[in-house]
Amino acid sequence: MGFKTDLKYADITPKADYLNRRQLMVGLGGLGLGAIAGPSFGAGQYSTDEAPNTLKEITAYNNFYEFGTGKEDPARNAHTLTTDPWSVKIDGLVDNPGNYDLADILGGVDIEERIYRFRCVEAWSMVIPWNGFQLSQLLNRVGVQSSAKYVYFETLVRPEEMPGQKRAILDWPYREGLRLDEAMHPLTLMATGIYGEDLPNQNGAPMRLVVPWKYGFKSIKSIVRISLTDKQPEATWNMQNPREYGFYSNVNPRVSHPRWSQATERKIGGGLFSKKQDTLMFNGYGDEVAHLYDGMDLSKNF
Amino acid sequence: MNILNHFLRKIPIWLVYFVGLTPPLWLLYQGFTGGLGVEPIKALEHELGELGLQALILGLAVTPLRRFAGLNLMRFRRAIGVLTFYYIACHLLVWLVLDVQILAQIWADILKRPYITIGMVGFVLLAPLAVTSNNWSVRKLGARWRKLHKLVYPAAVLGAVHFVMLVKGWQVEPLIYLGVILGLLALRLTPRRTLARA
Repeated sequence: MGFKTDLKYADITPKADYLNRRQLMVGLGGLGLGAIAGPSFGAGQYSTDEAPNTLKEITAYNNFYEFGTGKEDPARNAHTLTTDPWSVKIDGLVDNPGNYDLADILGGVDIEERIYRFRCVEAWSMVIPWNGFQLSQLLNRVGVQSSAKYVYFETLVRPEEMPGQKRAILDWPYREGLRLDEAMHPLTLMATGIYGEDLPNQNGAPMRLVVPWKYGFKSIKSIVRISLTDKQPEATWNMQNPREYGFYSNVNPRVSHPRWSQATERKIGGGLFSKKQDTLMFNGYGDEVAHLYDGMDLSKNF
Repeated sequence: MNILNHFLRKIPIWLVYFVGLTPPLWLLYQGFTGGLGVEPIKALEHELGELGLQALILGLAVTPLRRFAGLNLMRFRRAIGVLTFYYIACHLLVWLVLDVQILAQIWADILKRPYITIGMVGFVLLAPLAVTSNNWSVRKLGARWRKLHKLVYPAAVLGAVHFVMLVKGWQVEPLIYLGVILGLLALRLTPRRTLARA
């Protein structure tokens, strides 16, 4: 099981492109990469061998309504966000609840590189070389109690730094949730970097969830709270419009969304004449995750 | 206002057409050269759609501007109308050719997705107006021409509703377009006599 192993973007991108793509980073390279992104040794096992999008594409086209509803708004507005100091409240059905400083969290986990497909519910996609750690490592550290069934996440609320929150476009804070087995799955990542750099603010700094087999909105950004619960937690888009956004929101080309056909997608970066490509069940991660949903009607539990 | 009207009378209509034709070409050029960001197809589609709504608003504003502000843009109204149709046709074309691409999906989208159904109905309502935007049709249709061209009212409302429905959540910008269009239509309901007295 798994994808082609031990591939990093350096292996699959022509050297010239790679250098070009990473021009921005060359200067940073000598400093041992980002402070919290960390170097990434022996990534691989779960990474795709598809060509990753450029750093510019990944950081210029974002949905992060806390900074505005336009795709370019987060890149324009997110510089105001203070990500240091940063603490995460971990509570609910855990053995060691508390407010954990980010440095404390990162001290006890292994940062790896994971090149994942990323599929937005709006029928566009990217391939992103994340740096991060498996959420399971953090959950194991704080001790999940046996009665816990779900994990709930919350994004920061700070309207003075997040201008989009000054209006009730969504019911802030942004909320998301996973079933515990989804959260503990080795593919489920807490990302702290992209391309070996610290996560840019518009991508959810300093720490965000990445669940590659679900639509992008499940991968909640700039997390300040993680709570273990025994009931299915609230999830922002599901609350906003339950007919359109299910709690599971697994990528599924067979379940059409009222706004977008989910059968195909367009990978960002192809220009004006970019062709569409077929969307894969579970975004191509079916071998890894399909068993989580055995016996479930995925057109009902969409 | 008289000076302004006097000045406006001097602008040749061909210039309005010429200037009005350029924005889609400029947007297309930007799409080719990276000026529309990393997803130029959606950007082009949205820009053209908004341009269409703005032109619709300008066209709907001609009558109230003359009535309430004394500004006379009547000479340009046909050009504004034809350009409106041109922008919206470009918007539709980008959606068909560059965005959806797949014929089966186009039909499915039109039938199954309410915001697309509504947008398409709006476009279909505008088509006969574009076709009859010539002196021959005005003469031929007589009083029916005026009646026919009232179709722009429902088309404008449908265009704005299309925008409101296609965005996720309650965003401000589309609601402003809808509000302005409804406002311009409401102005037409004010009885003329009351105004003459005021």
